Amino acid sequence: MDTAEALTTPAPLKAADTLSPRDRRLGKLLLAPALAYIFLLVALPFLLALFLSLTNSSAGSLDFSFVGLQNFKNVVTNPVFLRALRNTFVFTVVSQVLVMVLGNLLARALLKNFRGKLLVRFLILMPWAAPISLATLGWLWIFDSTFSVINWALKVVGWLGPGQWYYWLGDPTLGMVAIITVHVWRLLPFSTVILLAGLTSIPAEVHEAADIDGAGPLAKAFQITIPMMLPILTVAILFGTVFTFTDMNVVYLLTRGGPYNSTHVLASLAYQEGVLGGDVGRGASIAIFLLPLLVVMAILMLRTSRRAEVA
Amino acid sequence: MRRGPVQKALAVVAHRSVILAFTAFAIFPFYWMLITAFKQNSDLYVGASNTAHNPFIFNQPPTLIHLRILFQNTLYPTWLFNTLWVGAIVVIITLVLAVPAAYSLARLTGRWGERLSIGIFLTYLVPSTLLFIPFSRLVALLGLQNQLGALVLIYPTFTVPFCTWLLMGFFKTLPKEVEESAMVDGCSRLGAIGRVVLPLAIPGLLTVVIFALTLTIQEFVYSLTFISSVERMTVSVGVPVALVRGDVYYWGSLMAACLITSAPLAVIYNFFLDRFIAGFTVGAIK
Repeated sequence: MDTAEALTTPAPLKAADTLSPRDRRLGKLLLAPALAYIFLLVALPFLLALFLSLTNSSAGSLDFSFVGLQNFKNVVTNPVFLRALRNTFVFTVVSQVLVMVLGNLLARALLKNFRGKLLVRFLILMPWAAPISLATLGWLWIFDSTFSVINWALKVVGWLGPGQWYYWLGDPTLGMVAIITVHVWRLLPFSTVILLAGLTSIPAEVHEAADIDGAGPLAKAFQITIPMMLPILTVAILFGTVFTFTDMNVVYLLTRGGPYNSTHVLASLAYQEGVLGGDVGRGASIAIFLLPLLVVMAILMLRTSRRAEVA
Repeated sequence: MRRGPVQKALAVVAHRSVILAFTAFAIFPFYWMLITAFKQNSDLYVGASNTAHNPFIFNQPPTLIHLRILFQNTLYPTWLFNTLWVGAIVVIITLVLAVPAAYSLARLTGRWGERLSIGIFLTYLVPSTLLFIPFSRLVALLGLQNQLGALVLIYPTFTVPFCTWLLMGFFKTLPKEVEESAMVDGCSRLGAIGRVVLPLAIPGLLTVVIFALTLTIQEFVYSLTFISSVERMTVSVGVPVALVRGDVYYWGSLMAACLITSAPLAVIYNFFLDRFIAGFTVGAIK
């Protein structure tokens, strides 16, 4: 089966056979402006990013010279970069596992009918709808070193004894905990609604038929729900992973990578070096490290939808 | 497999607790914004180590002072205006580019069009954090540093692919007979699109307008990178970057700004949720 068919709507385009040459010409004409724009402002800049990583280009001037792999050599021996690389993976893996486990739990709970369901859906969706920078600002205030409401609550229940205190954003470990919390909070609605759409799309007759055949809950889970959910589960995981792996909003706004560059992720470090520090070549070479995972994700996305089409 | 009344009651309690816990987690920051926005400073800035002072409630009467400061003494209204201005132009550019492209991909291209639409789908995966560095070169080259024009130029890089994909799915759901009968009646293909297809596609077009606008309002990285003057900032950057005077956070006004900007977006998202999901899952759900 062709990947093209898998990702577009299931009905194959029969019109293609009957298109007149005039229609074909018009089709190309209508498509041209958007394609030109995407080529000029996505494809070329993408190549420019690769090119800049091989230069000593800086923000102050448009002059540069070619330095080969020097930026990459400097970067991979830098402890701050290695820390950021590790943080990026920790951030991505932990967030995704949490989002998938919690998202599945929540989607299943939302599948049932109950009073106030529409209101609950609206409230649960809010973290995804709010602009990320402003939502994170709310969390910044929640994690404030002096006024943190979390610390107040922990003190009241006795978790924090006298003289004990959590400096949420001033400690490398707590900083990562805070960053992951905010990101999970932000991404959970997105994954939940996608998983919910998947669960809802399984026709009730399938379950009824399985009941008649005497299938138990485990058999139903492994032979109906999971296989039928696989494509949608993959979509949720792949988008979630990409959104997390390439995100710099939460880190930038909560900790600015601090304390002492201990909570940077690749994207925020690239921003710090390439934009704030003005070392464009170095920033570009850090951002390039996002690429291998993105390529893998793109391939997986195409593969899984193809497999779903066959099955 | 029959369950007694006790198990049933337990299941209901478990279900309620799950719903309640998740809802509380989701809305707590917004509750916190709300209560902070209306608290007096003397009620707000009590250290958290004082366990006698409950920060979850108003210990003193609420105040409107933070709202007044936000609208009268800060550039928040200007940022709102900048954001909507950029948003409006980005919406227009997005419609001009995405509508013809989506129609073409849905109707006028054969197999290569399907491949192309996958390519457009995959541009979802190219993140702003990879592109802001080359864009900074491009923006400098065009002399657009610190201009809202830079955002107008760049924002369609994420709205056009997303909206083309969404609209393509929408056009495919319209029966072909719609144009065909109009064309039998003497319309050209373009005439049929203008007179018959687009009016039918208004829900789809509206969705695209809403999403292009909300994606613009939410965008942070590019705006942070390219706009440095406080009076030219958009809301998503102005509030976190410039609403801090000296080293002092004005948390009351800050939280008011966050809430006022977020709440309408939440309402809009709720209305368009199903179409939004469709944009991500076309093909994965049959």
